[in-house]
Amino acid sequence: MVTTNIDFIPGKRIVEHFGVVQGSTVRARHAGADFAAGLKNIVGGELKGYTKLLEDARRESLERMVRQAQLLGANTVINVRFATSAITQGAAELMAYGTAVRVE
Amino acid sequence: MDILIYLIYFILFLFLGYFIGTAVEKRHYHSIGVRERQYINLATVTSKKIEEADQIFSTQLVMGSVVISLDYFKRFGASLRNIVGGRIKSYETILDRGRREAVLRMKEEALKIKADIILNMRFETSAIGLITKKKNSIGCFEVLAYGTAVKLKD
Repeated sequence: MVTTNIDFIPGKRIVEHFGVVQGSTVRARHAGADFAAGLKNIVGGELKGYTKLLEDARRESLERMVRQAQLLGANTVINVRFATSAITQGAAELMAYGTAVRVE
Repeated sequence: MDILIYLIYFILFLFLGYFIGTAVEKRHYHSIGVRERQYINLATVTSKKIEEADQIFSTQLVMGSVVISLDYFKRFGASLRNIVGGRIKSYETILDRGRREAVLRMKEEALKIKADIILNMRFETSAIGLITKKKNSIGCFEVLAYGTAVKLKD
């Protein structure tokens, strides 16, 4: 499974097109990371716990997108985009979407 | 008495934020500068096509992200700035640091798979919500940089 965010696969021809596939996940922070973040809020800088949390969540949403594409019979997802939104206090939705295609 | 304790905490946080925050920022900028020079050979462009399109061997999505927060002093300064308006310098530096760090992490991921160029790099910035329940808390930012790492045929 190849994922790219350009809209073609170099040297290959797209033979079938399956439309938009997407994967998303909603994650809430946990108390431990939150406590550390509260302290970090005084001195500033990177919040490593949050970075890790969001990175894992984003990979999860990518995986879900890829799984959906596989179910359709695609072997490539092109033009992948990410979107993040805070839906309630303390929880964020991470979403990945792209176009599932089959290349030769 | 309560007000006095609150005031002491406030001043303590302000000092802590100012001194530690400035030191952290200085060190971060130094490390950003060093790594930017180190990875300078890996070109990162925002266009989707390159001239050597027929020499492309493989492509893969790469990304780097960072969550970054303001220190107490800067947050206080920013809330004062909100009254009179104008440029908020403390926000500018925090976003600049976040963006450059995210790009560096993306480049590190691309170098791991020995990529030659990164195409169609995009940024995504979001405020990921309030991190304390206090009303005056501004929260933190997440910056994501992503693109397509391209490997050329030798």
